[in-house]
Amino acid sequence: MRRFLLARLGGMAVVLALVAVLVFILTRAAPGDPVAVLLGDQATADDIARVQKVYGLDRSLPEQFVLWLRELARGNLGDSIFLQRPVTQALWERAEPTTLLSLLAVAIATLIGVPGGIVSAVFRGRLVDQVFTGFAMLGASVPSFWFGLVLMQIFAVSLGWFPVSGYGEPGASLAARLHCLVLPATVLGVLNSALILRFTRASMLDVLGEDYVRTARAKGLPESRVVLKHALRNALVPIVTVIGLTVALMIGGAVVTETVFGLPGVGNLVVSAVTRRDYPVIQGALLVVAGIYVVINFLIDLLYTVVDPRVKV
Amino acid sequence: MTIPLIVRKLFRRRIVLAAALLLAGVVLAALFAGVLSGFDPNETAVRQRLAQPSVAHWLGTDELGRDLFTRIVFGGRYSLTIAALTAFGAVVAGTLIGLAAGFFRHLDAPLMRVVDAMMSFPDILLAIALVGILGPSMLNVVLALVLVYTPRVARVVRASTLVVRELAFVEAARAVGVSTPRILWRHVLPNLVSPITVQGTFIFAYAILAEAALSFLGVGVPPEIPTWGTMVAGSQQYAHQALGIVLFPGLAIVVTALSLQLLGDGVRDLLDPRLRKSM
Repeated sequence: MRRFLLARLGGMAVVLALVAVLVFILTRAAPGDPVAVLLGDQATADDIARVQKVYGLDRSLPEQFVLWLRELARGNLGDSIFLQRPVTQALWERAEPTTLLSLLAVAIATLIGVPGGIVSAVFRGRLVDQVFTGFAMLGASVPSFWFGLVLMQIFAVSLGWFPVSGYGEPGASLAARLHCLVLPATVLGVLNSALILRFTRASMLDVLGEDYVRTARAKGLPESRVVLKHALRNALVPIVTVIGLTVALMIGGAVVTETVFGLPGVGNLVVSAVTRRDYPVIQGALLVVAGIYVVINFLIDLLYTVVDPRVKV
Repeated sequence: MTIPLIVRKLFRRRIVLAAALLLAGVVLAALFAGVLSGFDPNETAVRQRLAQPSVAHWLGTDELGRDLFTRIVFGGRYSLTIAALTAFGAVVAGTLIGLAAGFFRHLDAPLMRVVDAMMSFPDILLAIALVGILGPSMLNVVLALVLVYTPRVARVVRASTLVVRELAFVEAARAVGVSTPRILWRHVLPNLVSPITVQGTFIFAYAILAEAALSFLGVGVPPEIPTWGTMVAGSQQYAHQALGIVLFPGLAIVVTALSLQLLGDGVRDLLDPRLRKSM
């Protein structure tokens, strides 16, 4: 167990380090000088040189990288050029809507995807299966911003059931904030349920063909018990994996939905940072989101050993 | 299997045939956009703004009175071109990386760790950041999306290469002294055509969606170029007056992405019978 843990931890560390290197390369590969962009046409060469010095941009690239890594190890992602605040603080302020949105959306996706996948597998080839698999295919083909705009027109603009956009007045209650999240979470949840549905169906189909399922049926157990207890429990590993991955994907996918619904989340922060060429924010957000993805992946690996003792330790 | 046989088998499933016909329709409409419509996609007619669908304007007009149908078929040119270039670029780059990682043991770990790291960025977020860094233009959107999707292809190609590498005919080729590049080109690559085709089709579909999302966010194709994404972005604030200006370009995206995915699924089921049993 310890060797397994160490190996996985090592692998995770390597990928995290590479993520850091990639983020650094990507943001430094930018054409044009971000400082010149920041200061505008009026800036003199002296101004530019001074600001470059402030941000350490006058040093060589390897030097910059080492400095950046050292700050990173201290949990310092640098300062936002535009917001004049530490990136970590800016991200933290925007974390709540994104987190709540992602969790709500995963809950919705799971509630649709897992039962849908089970029903689809049990009634394989029948009409209900075709409807569900068709839905899954459709879900993967619908642009989230478009689905969001259509739902917004129907349920917010025409029916007035939900706020059109925003995250409530400053200091709004949790209930009011959640109310603002219903539509965006539905958009993300419904579209992402497609993946969970497919995996649940495939995994259940695999298991339903096993001998012990036939044995359970032969014993005369009611079908519901066979499906939900004997089959589902053994089909869980891929299902848990895909739900975990959906959590991670959701954080990225939330970018577009947040913008549609004007939610002040991390995605919104990134989009505005891109239009303002605020590199430290882009860098920090990429790093944090990719880091979360890698850590969730690691946790899923660990979970394997709990859910399925057959996984070699 | 010969190509005509594959095509015949593929279209035996009616849904796949329907998808292929739909897709052909979309591509032909984009190609012959000028013939299909008498309007100029950028000609404004403010007096006829937000018109309902009619005989003159099949799908109505947008907030500047531009004919919506014309803009959708012309926009298809840009959206389809960007997606096709993305799929092509990602397939070429991903195949090279995947082949190298799968065939040469010492390259496997370093290349695949980089691929893992690339894949820990969510697609759209990485694409946004890349376009943000490169600057918004059609070429940069393609470049960013190629970078985003190359790792997917690389993973699939590597996995298949690992299998093919161990097959007897590769060993036989090596035994009679065939050079490594020739083994890769003549003996390994032809056996990877089906997984690569399937991936290419799916990436085509993802790229249609991703380009639209980027353009919608204003970090993709410049707004004056009509793509399906920029059309929705430009018109969204008028959606409550005429839902069609948002609805129809979006439907074009859905139809195209859906038929591509159905086609990709059909090809995969046909070429990989192992998966068919679970369909």
